[in-house]
Amino acid sequence: MSSVDFINENISWKDITPAGNVYEGGTANDFRTGDWRISIPEFLADKCKQCLLCTPVCPDSAIPVKDGKREDFDFEHCKGCGICAKVCPFGAIVMKKEEK
Amino acid sequence: MVNFKEIMSRPERLTGGHRMCAGCGGTIAVRNVLKALKPEDKAVIANATGCLEVSTFMYPYTAWTDSYIHNAFENAGATLSGVEAAYNVMKRKGKIDDTFKFIAFGGDGGTYDIGFQSLSGAMERNHDMVYVCYDNGAYMNTGIQRSSATPMYADTTTTPAGKVSPGKMQNRKDLAEIIASHHIPYVAQTTFIGNFRDLHEKAEKAIYTKGAAYLNIMAPCPRGWRYPTENIMEMCKLGVETCYWPMFEVIDGKWILNYKPKNKLPIEDFLKPQGRFKHLFKKGNEQLLEQFQKEVDDRWEQLLKFCEE
Repeated sequence: MSSVDFINENISWKDITPAGNVYEGGTANDFRTGDWRISIPEFLADKCKQCLLCTPVCPDSAIPVKDGKREDFDFEHCKGCGICAKVCPFGAIVMKKEEK
Repeated sequence: MVNFKEIMSRPERLTGGHRMCAGCGGTIAVRNVLKALKPEDKAVIANATGCLEVSTFMYPYTAWTDSYIHNAFENAGATLSGVEAAYNVMKRKGKIDDTFKFIAFGGDGGTYDIGFQSLSGAMERNHDMVYVCYDNGAYMNTGIQRSSATPMYADTTTTPAGKVSPGKMQNRKDLAEIIASHHIPYVAQTTFIGNFRDLHEKAEKAIYTKGAAYLNIMAPCPRGWRYPTENIMEMCKLGVETCYWPMFEVIDGKWILNYKPKNKLPIEDFLKPQGRFKHLFKKGNEQLLEQFQKEVDDRWEQLLKFCEE
């Protein structure tokens, strides 16, 4: 069981892990930061030339790359900062106001 | 030599879901340094207190897929040297088979100021580790207080610009140069440019050079610098093109300049888009800009001499 599943605001200090250790990596993946967004990027796959210039600039690891090709955004984690849209040389990413 | 597509296809070692701000430069620096690790190698990360520490490791969540040590403000260098020493013993005794690499991350507050003594010690003892400073030029985590990395005349909450003072009155410390004076095998300064080739190459060299290495990475902070989040790459480019943030490396004592702008831009180009320097563009403050420019010029000239350019 992941510590994320049983450690929450209501837990007693006696039931937390010793020294506040976390025994597995990457658990933040389960935490949604996508709802922070005001603007949302749209990926226009037909305009994309797969230059990957958008991939190193993402602060939220929200542009998955598989075998040298980028895929659509990870909207669970994208915070909508817009850096990727700004660096794209081909206009393949457009920022839009997010409808909630 | 690193291949961009191959590097970007490597697994993410820092996951999303951390609570750094939208458009944060700190996590861009971290992700890209970690990309330089060979996928088969493991890492132990130590982290000086700062935005990065408190926002990527909120118990019970961690954005780190590698072993990670949450320690105090002043001792990331010391903590990681201890881990590296223990690893060497365990490796010698045959208790560990995997290859581990040791990387410490700190902001400029935890590196230039508070963690300076433990960093200096770790470098002097030449532990096989890398210390990475993501330098955004102030204590951004606690609300933009000045640090010794804050540039002159920046408006921060402890050096407010107003009638009495034009912001921070002192020059910024040149930490890369100080660490180079420790005569360690590898020191480099870089930031985010284009496809990050410079950063990826330097991170790879730093991680895979035996002995102590130090990386100084300018990582703009949209909150503290006061610019729109999407403009981070433009900020970095202007920092480099104005020679405010030169990209260089020092390999076994030899200084190498990695980029020399064809047309050095005036420092105004870097300062103007940042709200923290807004007051410098008010009428009557022209001499402050001149002074800033002179400081940049003097440091650039000195660097050219070091690099024998």
